[in-house]
Amino acid sequence: MLELIFPPALILIVGALLIGPLRAPLRPLIVLGAPLLTLYAIWQMEDGILLTAQFLNYEIQLIESSPLRRLFATIFAIMAFAGGLFAFRQAKWWELAAAQAYAAGAIGVAFAGDLITLFLFWELMAIFSTVVVWCGGTEGARRAGIRYATMHLLGGVLLKIGIEGVMVHTGSIEIQPIPLSNFDGWLILAGVLINAAAPPVSAWLADAYPESSPSGSVFLSAFTTKTAVLALILLFPGQQILIWVGLYMIFYGIIYALLENDMRRILAYSIVNQVGFMVCGIGIGTEMAINGAAAHAFAHIIYKALLLMSAGSVLYMTGRRKCNELGGLFHSMPITALCGIIGALAISSFPFTSGFISKSMISQSAADQHMMTVWLLLLAASAGVFLHAGIKFPWFVFFQKDSGLRPKDPPWNMRAAMILFSAGCIGLGVFPEWLYALLPYPVDYEPYTASHLVTQFQLLLFSGLAFFALLPLMKRTNTLSLDFDWLWRVAGFNLGRKTLNGLAALRLKAISAGEQAWQMVNRQSWRNAAVGYQNTGQMIFWAVLVLLVVVSAKMMI
Amino acid sequence: MSADNKLQKSWLYRPENRKKLWWGFAFVLAVTVLAQLLIPVHGHFAFDEWFGFNALFGFISCALMVVFAKVLGYLLKRPDDYYDKKSFDKKYHDKHSDHHV
Repeated sequence: MLELIFPPALILIVGALLIGPLRAPLRPLIVLGAPLLTLYAIWQMEDGILLTAQFLNYEIQLIESSPLRRLFATIFAIMAFAGGLFAFRQAKWWELAAAQAYAAGAIGVAFAGDLITLFLFWELMAIFSTVVVWCGGTEGARRAGIRYATMHLLGGVLLKIGIEGVMVHTGSIEIQPIPLSNFDGWLILAGVLINAAAPPVSAWLADAYPESSPSGSVFLSAFTTKTAVLALILLFPGQQILIWVGLYMIFYGIIYALLENDMRRILAYSIVNQVGFMVCGIGIGTEMAINGAAAHAFAHIIYKALLLMSAGSVLYMTGRRKCNELGGLFHSMPITALCGIIGALAISSFPFTSGFISKSMISQSAADQHMMTVWLLLLAASAGVFLHAGIKFPWFVFFQKDSGLRPKDPPWNMRAAMILFSAGCIGLGVFPEWLYALLPYPVDYEPYTASHLVTQFQLLLFSGLAFFALLPLMKRTNTLSLDFDWLWRVAGFNLGRKTLNGLAALRLKAISAGEQAWQMVNRQSWRNAAVGYQNTGQMIFWAVLVLLVVVSAKMMI
Repeated sequence: MSADNKLQKSWLYRPENRKKLWWGFAFVLAVTVLAQLLIPVHGHFAFDEWFGFNALFGFISCALMVVFAKVLGYLLKRPDDYYDKKSFDKKYHDKHSDHHV
């Protein structure tokens, strides 16, 4: 066996550096090869701390492996491969390089054995995910990228202050459950939750992701929020507050997705929704719940990437992104439609898809803990997922009215990536033991009972009935929906502009007052009149002013 | 234009089939509920073993969410160039008409 002495993330970093300088025909080799090599490296590693280094007088642990970390790193590597397959013939090379560096950050976080290493890779993700947003190439993408970067750098600052606080107060940089007993813990939690798109800053996700390129949103959907989920599992398992944060995210995602018209923004809101299920599971915190959150993250990355590949294919082939301009595409894009439907069924936890075997563990854990309210809300939310993503996305894009568009299915590599992930969704749904074997705790759960199948079909199909019965209420409009980010994009911005304008006016007033005062001094200055010694008058004026300030300051003290 | 005609003839889009689709859907819905007669449901709490609980709960909760979203929409929906117009950079709005690809 290969003796591994370097972090697996390094493979992707080297890959990212190579993509640019290499000649174009060789690039696919790196785009597809580096993630596979990474996957191999991940599975060569044993559990435990494998590599340490010195950094600023701290011993940092560059690689710490465990089943949970391996699970996340595995899906990140698979995602980097499938995303690369989807993107490599259409995307610009700098997007491919940035996406690979972004994936490297995610895998680095997955194996980070201490808070410093975690923070370094965390920021690597922030930087290169911003580049991926910018690769959308439009003015809208540029602006959304700046807002995105601002939010994530702010999150990074909170995280860093929190980490420094922990280092100072406990002397340890170990990654271990952090109590929310002091400010440090809360800051780290806030920093991590910003990346999870928790309230009140959930809006960054639906703001930025739909502005990226057709392939960019596929990469973006996977890494940032799921590393945050992993960090929450490692640092804050069983923190009750996460249950309610998660539930808020779940319903926020559903409601905003119902209001939304942009097909990729619908899917972006449903990322918040799905991450909400994971955050809620982490808050419940039992072995079953943590297993469920981890399994759901794994399954979610596959079906959400699949959904965004399907939407990305539609965008790539039609150039349109709004539901009211789409519809009736199933006929000319059968593969895209079928793969989109499989992804939609998986996100809705339809039996025999990956969502069914993962999300149900979270609900089960709520029931096991006799949390009736939480369980009922999760049940309602499961129905709501089918409503906002499971039916709404395929219905408005592929069916609905005939938009008159006749795009073909996208090029072969995009189709191949979609088929690969469709197979993943169904494979995990039919053979849940594959995923269960990778989970951090032993699994004592059987998703396929007759009772569970009946209740799940009832729940989902009747929410489908609600969708079609209430279709008139969901007429598409050319609108966006205000969110908390209105506070800084409009209110805060206006306040800032008014303050600056006010200060500018004040400055002008001060200058003219100063000039008037100077003229008065100048006129009354006997020296000026007698000798024509202009500068002395000015000097006296300033000397008096400074004296006044100093004296008054002294008096105040 | 042949593709156009093909779509017009597509089974899903013919108006006379709408009723058939609804009846088919209704049949499937009935089957999922009636299946509970044969397959006893093991709930976590007492009430979730009631006949058709999940069907009713799924329908009602979805209806509530749709109505809630509708009402919230009156408050929160803005034209989708809202933020562009709010932008201090007047030139931006003119440039922004180019979306994707």
